[in-house]
Amino acid sequence: MLKVIDIQKSYEGQPLLTGISFTLAANETICLLGPSGSGKSTLLRIIAGLENPECGKVCWDGRDLASFPAHRRSFGLVFQDYALFPHLSVFENVAFGLRMQNLPKGQIARRVDESLTQVNLSSFASRNIAELSGGEQQRVALARALAPRPRLLMLDEPLGALDRILRERLLDELRGIIRATGIPAIYVTHDQEEAFGIADRVLLLHEGRIVRDGSPAEVWNEPRSAWEARFLGLGNVVESVVRPKVRGMQVGRLEIETQKGIFELRCRHAHQVGEKVTVLLRPAAVRLAAGGNMRGVVADVIFHQDGFKVTLENGWYFYLPDTPQIGDEIRLHVPPSAIQCLNSAK
Amino acid sequence: MSRKDRMARMSFTRLSPWLGVTLFLGIFFFYPLARILWLGLNPISLLTLTRDSFLLATHSLLFTFFQASLSTLLTLLLGLPAAYLFSRFDFHGKSLLRLLTAIPFMLPTVVVATGFNALLGPRGWINLGLMRLFGLDSAPIVFVYTLWAILLAHVFYNTTIVIRVVGNALAHLDPRLEQAARSLGADGHRALWRITLPLLRPSILASTLLIFLFDFTSFGVILLLGGPRFSTLEVEIYIQAIQIFNLPLAAVLSLIQLLCTLMFSALYSRFVIRATIATDPRAAASNLHRARTWHERLFVGGMIILLLILFLLPMASLPLRSVIRMEPALGERTTVHYGLTGDYYAELFVNRLSSLFYVPPFHALTNSLLYATATVILSLVLAFPVASALARPGRMERFLDPLLMLPLGASAVTLGFGLIITFNKPLLNSQFSFITSPLLVPLAHTIIALPFVIRSLQPALASIPDRVHQAAATLGASPRRVWFTVDWPIVARATLAAAIFAFTTSLGEFGATSLVYRPSYPTLPIAIYRFLSQPGGLNYGQAMAMATILMIVCGAGILAFEKVRLPGTGEF
Repeated sequence: MLKVIDIQKSYEGQPLLTGISFTLAANETICLLGPSGSGKSTLLRIIAGLENPECGKVCWDGRDLASFPAHRRSFGLVFQDYALFPHLSVFENVAFGLRMQNLPKGQIARRVDESLTQVNLSSFASRNIAELSGGEQQRVALARALAPRPRLLMLDEPLGALDRILRERLLDELRGIIRATGIPAIYVTHDQEEAFGIADRVLLLHEGRIVRDGSPAEVWNEPRSAWEARFLGLGNVVESVVRPKVRGMQVGRLEIETQKGIFELRCRHAHQVGEKVTVLLRPAAVRLAAGGNMRGVVADVIFHQDGFKVTLENGWYFYLPDTPQIGDEIRLHVPPSAIQCLNSAK
Repeated sequence: MSRKDRMARMSFTRLSPWLGVTLFLGIFFFYPLARILWLGLNPISLLTLTRDSFLLATHSLLFTFFQASLSTLLTLLLGLPAAYLFSRFDFHGKSLLRLLTAIPFMLPTVVVATGFNALLGPRGWINLGLMRLFGLDSAPIVFVYTLWAILLAHVFYNTTIVIRVVGNALAHLDPRLEQAARSLGADGHRALWRITLPLLRPSILASTLLIFLFDFTSFGVILLLGGPRFSTLEVEIYIQAIQIFNLPLAAVLSLIQLLCTLMFSALYSRFVIRATIATDPRAAASNLHRARTWHERLFVGGMIILLLILFLLPMASLPLRSVIRMEPALGERTTVHYGLTGDYYAELFVNRLSSLFYVPPFHALTNSLLYATATVILSLVLAFPVASALARPGRMERFLDPLLMLPLGASAVTLGFGLIITFNKPLLNSQFSFITSPLLVPLAHTIIALPFVIRSLQPALASIPDRVHQAAATLGASPRRVWFTVDWPIVARATLAAAIFAFTTSLGEFGATSLVYRPSYPTLPIAIYRFLSQPGGLNYGQAMAMATILMIVCGAGILAFEKVRLPGTGEF
């Protein structure tokens, strides 16, 4: 089991990681999700032992790994851009880790064959790296990392360089392989679709800290800050003010006033009258309705999956099955299920 | 105008830029080359070759190979760790040290040889210092005129090639490859052997070949530091041509030399053209870090000290030796004076009866400056039209371009030899003979400098795309204004850089000059050589003084060149 405790690191004088802590149990795949430049790759390199943190430690099964250099940690690493050895063939690349373990030749050959079969590249052993396509290179990189049977697998944005269809297919294959080997894995990406497609737990990285740690469903359904909602693209982040209590309203239900209308908010937190609350307005839960509680002027309409993305003049967007004309004034019904509180302030 | 007329005029405009260069190289390079071929290969000459000459040729060839191989090996031994130092570590004074290792490459061989002499020669610092310290009678360290002197001077010259070529590849190596190796269980040592070095192989090979080529054609170092005992092909050509007058043998040796250099050049271009393994150009800065562990610090500190000793000491001892007297004054035998003196410089203006020339040695400096100026003018006049034509290459340009580079393949001595056997008769029916006129020297210098001058001008002239001219025109600039505001600043800078290069090359040239110069019009390198090979403290001191002057002027030229030239103009 991996335990990362309060890792801190700065880059060119500026703080990058300001206190990263998390645990990873056996058989678990977690995803580190954060914007570009947030230090995700640096964190992986620190865990792998390729860089030293300024503060904090990395422990495996209770033991501090600080005295273990990278080549003795037995952590597999799949790099962004793969980092395959250009002067070696596919076979020699995959065999590299096994050769470092000084295994006998026959065993190496067998294990390489196993690894290549696992990634569906069994006939590629004698090929040259330069001849491979992006997807094939990625699989060789995976096979190379898995061949020496590491106790932890780390993947640094492995699908970044591939096109969308290939990415989706490889993500499924990856998930299958990781599950089959039972190896604990850390997957790093800035793409939330990838993250949600592979992880048992999602860790959101923001300003050098882990701000959220939960299952994909939890994180998606219950965002806890405006930043999270924006980063994950969950919908419209809206400022509102709490209105005075209306007679007949149940506990936990508030009325909030926004730029475009007055809506009902169901929230567990206690909010004062007049308090500023930031809420998430989900775009898919809203419908056109003649007597709706929101009105606005259509600024843009564009095709989106099975319907249309309609943007109002203040920037709010919704997914609707019909196309209003640009310039129309429309009325929408916003049910309470479409609104979530995002921890007032910020 | 008829179609025929138009075609005739068109081909004239295409051909005319090349006229000057073609004529020049044809008369002063290709024709002499043909003469050498004829001289060496015609039946009459071959008959004069005896068994002894055959042995001599074989011996020279073998020794040339031997010293070149040994020098290359030693250069790699120092250069590879130095390349690693510069590409992986950051330390105080790094850029200064790097500049220091690069300066020798452009210094004249006479200066380098004199510098080593000033440090390790029988009248040099270390020997005289030891003699004084221990009260010895004769110089304890024998360095000059040994094989070690040749090897050390070669290492001194060529280490910068390894540092640049291999260091560049090392700096741009994708650091993730090493990291991947480490994450797969390779410790630092194994990662180096299995990943880093194999990926460096192309650059190591390229620099090895280049260094071998330079060492193979080395002349000044062998002559001045090796002395009479050692003779490479180049030196043998010189001796046979100038001292023994066995011209056919000299011609045969020249041909062997030409064949060898052609072969190595071909090997070199083949290896450089071959695709290099993909590296990450962004990685250079991220690979650098300060020394952390104690053995890293030891490595960095040790290498810095070693490089400082090798590159600073010889060049520093030279000017110091020229102003410090460490031997008896003129006329005195027993009293040894130690102290600062300007005598050596003052002597340069005096023409003593016992001196080697008919004129004061200081005239060698003025001669050199005049020759250098003539070289600059001549090479620019010839190079400019060609470089402009090459900026918009057509089929003819692509054919003629490689021919321009041929003079680089012939060694300086071969060039000089070709000139003297071609122009040893009076021109036509006149009294004028090239061989008795001092004009051959700037001609030889121009041939040597021309390829580099063309290569310096070409990128600048090619870098101004037509679209820029068109844009300027649409903004209201007349063609003349366009030229002044757009072309001229770029071209001026490149011209200045090329001029400086030609100037410093001419000043320091020794190989060809030693064959074609007239005794009454010596150049500075020739004067230094003569004074060094004569006994006596005064002669030695004058050699030091002149070498110091040459070093300062050439050094200033190199630094000016580096500052002025446009980034991106090629090196090797």
